[in-house]
Amino acid sequence: MTKNGSVDRRDFLKSAAATGAALVGSAAAADAQSAPPAPAAAAPATAPIAPRETDPSLEADIVTTDRPGGDFMVDVLKALNLEYVAANPGSSFRGIHESIINYGNNTAPEFITCCHEESSVAMAHAYSKVEGKPMAVLVHGTVGLQHASMAIYNAYCDRVPIIVLAGNTLDATMRRPGVEWDHSVQDAAAMVRDFTKWDDLPWSLPHFAESAVRAYKIAMTPPMMPVMLVLDGGLQEDPISEEVKPRLRIPKLTLTSPPQGDAGAVAETARLLVNAQNPVIIADRLARTPAGMAHLVELAELLQAPVIDQGGRMNFPTQHPLNMSNGGRALLANADVILGLELTDFWGTVDSFRDSLVRTSRPLTKPGTKLISVTAGDLFVKSNYQDFQRYPEVDIAMAADAEATLPPLIEAVKRAMTGDRKTALEARGKRFAEQHNNALDRTRSDAAVAWDASPVSTARLTAELWNVIRNEDWTLVSASGNTSNWERRLWKFDKHYQWIGGSGGAGVGYGAPAAVGGALANKKHGRIAVTIQGDGDFMYAPGVWWTAAHHKLPLLAVMHNNRAYHQEVMHVQRMGNRHNRGVTRAHIGTTLEDPFINYAQIVKGMGVYSEGPISNPNELGPALKRALDVVKKGEPALVDVVTQPR
Amino acid sequence: MKKYLILASGLFVAAAAGPLAAGAGQQTAPAPQQNAAAQQQQNAPQGNAANGRKLFVSFGCYQCHGYEAQGGSAGARLAPRPIPYAQLLKYVRHPTGEMPPFTEKVVKDSELTDIYAFLRAQPPAPDVDKIPLLKQ
Repeated sequence: MTKNGSVDRRDFLKSAAATGAALVGSAAAADAQSAPPAPAAAAPATAPIAPRETDPSLEADIVTTDRPGGDFMVDVLKALNLEYVAANPGSSFRGIHESIINYGNNTAPEFITCCHEESSVAMAHAYSKVEGKPMAVLVHGTVGLQHASMAIYNAYCDRVPIIVLAGNTLDATMRRPGVEWDHSVQDAAAMVRDFTKWDDLPWSLPHFAESAVRAYKIAMTPPMMPVMLVLDGGLQEDPISEEVKPRLRIPKLTLTSPPQGDAGAVAETARLLVNAQNPVIIADRLARTPAGMAHLVELAELLQAPVIDQGGRMNFPTQHPLNMSNGGRALLANADVILGLELTDFWGTVDSFRDSLVRTSRPLTKPGTKLISVTAGDLFVKSNYQDFQRYPEVDIAMAADAEATLPPLIEAVKRAMTGDRKTALEARGKRFAEQHNNALDRTRSDAAVAWDASPVSTARLTAELWNVIRNEDWTLVSASGNTSNWERRLWKFDKHYQWIGGSGGAGVGYGAPAAVGGALANKKHGRIAVTIQGDGDFMYAPGVWWTAAHHKLPLLAVMHNNRAYHQEVMHVQRMGNRHNRGVTRAHIGTTLEDPFINYAQIVKGMGVYSEGPISNPNELGPALKRALDVVKKGEPALVDVVTQPR
Repeated sequence: MKKYLILASGLFVAAAAGPLAAGAGQQTAPAPQQNAAAQQQQNAPQGNAANGRKLFVSFGCYQCHGYEAQGGSAGARLAPRPIPYAQLLKYVRHPTGEMPPFTEKVVKDSELTDIYAFLRAQPPAPDVDKIPLLKQ
């Protein structure tokens, strides 16, 4: 019996063995059990050793149970409305696995079969951003969590809620010899504690219920982050004891209201913004619900202030006249007030940094520019991993959720606005609208350069893709990041779900599974999920394409196959030049050639429709249309395109 | 990806502000400046464009500027209509943005001449009005 009154695995087996003996044993045995124990001192030195609790004769009689602990765990997951649980199967969570698919009828949560734990977590990462609520992931003891760790770190850096459930076998005397020992650990969560928000090791089923609800609540409180629960194998597999049954309940979940900025700081911010000659609004991980973009549009239009969307979320329509995301530095140089909303790196936004033999930096703003930060990131910072970036010297810092702070800020701006200012701001708005249109014309002219080139230019790739999806209900769930940002420069993003941001921690290998997870989340909404897939990223855990095929996920994937880790080629080039040794050998260790990889062939082998590799840009449009037809039938398709580096 | 975006965006702006962005700027520059630039191009040393294309790849220029020197987020557009040779030479030796320096030990002047010939030989971009995909 544990301290909580539940029966642990060892006690259960002991009592089951005893009960079995009482039911089927001989009368003599029964008598023996009820006979008073002989004094220890009376036992002869050569007395036979008592049977061990693990002897087969003591285990043979009770061999089934109709109600294991895993069933209750599934009840809890259902109560939390967790739609999916992604996992690569592992014996340390075989109990809850079986409960999910049988007791839970494999519905809410549905088991999503993955080929790598990194894929499971990255899928959940993207799903959570689309749906605005966590998805669950099951990982195997030790090795599974080790596989998952990089993806958990990405989600942590990206401030995304995920519920990680890790199997483990705590009772050393109950572990199967061999592998189960290798896959057991004293403190499973220690490995990821630096980059999860909270973890627990439930000791009983009531404890599991309370911790699962608490975990959900903590994960969903800004700044949102992954959380982890360790599930003991015995707790999953053993029967729910009679003693614990009356204590089984699932606590009520009440999500924490996201914190708004201090009223005084909001009023001062409004005053500065209204009176500024050249205010600039910069947003990164701002919009966490559909309301986020609408609020930002309202604020920008009230102020007629330009917006730089750094792309951490879908913050601002790309073709809104005040969207000046491609005119960053000139705006910053002229700004007198800069409002940063959930910026990942405020310092890096307002300072330049030169990666030369002598590293140098300088402010991009003029002296006296007022810097205002609103970020939930200030509410929760850990020490070890350095994703918090360099310290920004701001004038107003609100440790608050920016999306929740926008409504009171909008009201404060309305109160501070005078008729004269409104007239002046309208003129400013017209100026930016003209600049925006000119910039769009320049973008189109730039895209025309190398239009017919082979390898295909990233501008052509992006324009061809836009041509086939623009009349669909589409969402770009992932993108390689190395396409010169053409999609955000050429496409019309105006719905909150059309972009969800990137990996967060720049851990390569996020793109493919995030695309599949994004497709999973968007499936029930009937949206066409689209991804521009980097080749280096593809190769980390390509098994996720099988997951896409197996679960019939509508995903249109276009390979940005530039046949190298180009970011790293550039770094090695930089070193070669800096050391006066040239760049002609920079391809060593950085390129994916000799042989070239045939991505279409790889995914075809996993049941995904594919075309390519395509080097002739004129073949791209028809191939994309054929692929889209497949996706519209509810299946994934991939078009491999050999591309320019950027 | 976020990091890449920030870096790429920074490089683009840095490059656009530097001399290598002049190629793009020339398209909207007043006629006298265009004439001056054209004159400077006329005075540039003659090189081998075919060899220049090979060198453009082997020296890794294409990594940031594209195989056709069309530019991108990591490097400015260099062609068509490149900046004057003297400016290119100066910037390659002593870049002020994110581009790493290419000393004469790494790239000889004669090789830069060939690369410049390749840049000059790049055809003009098609008229954007004749590309339906860029009009939507």
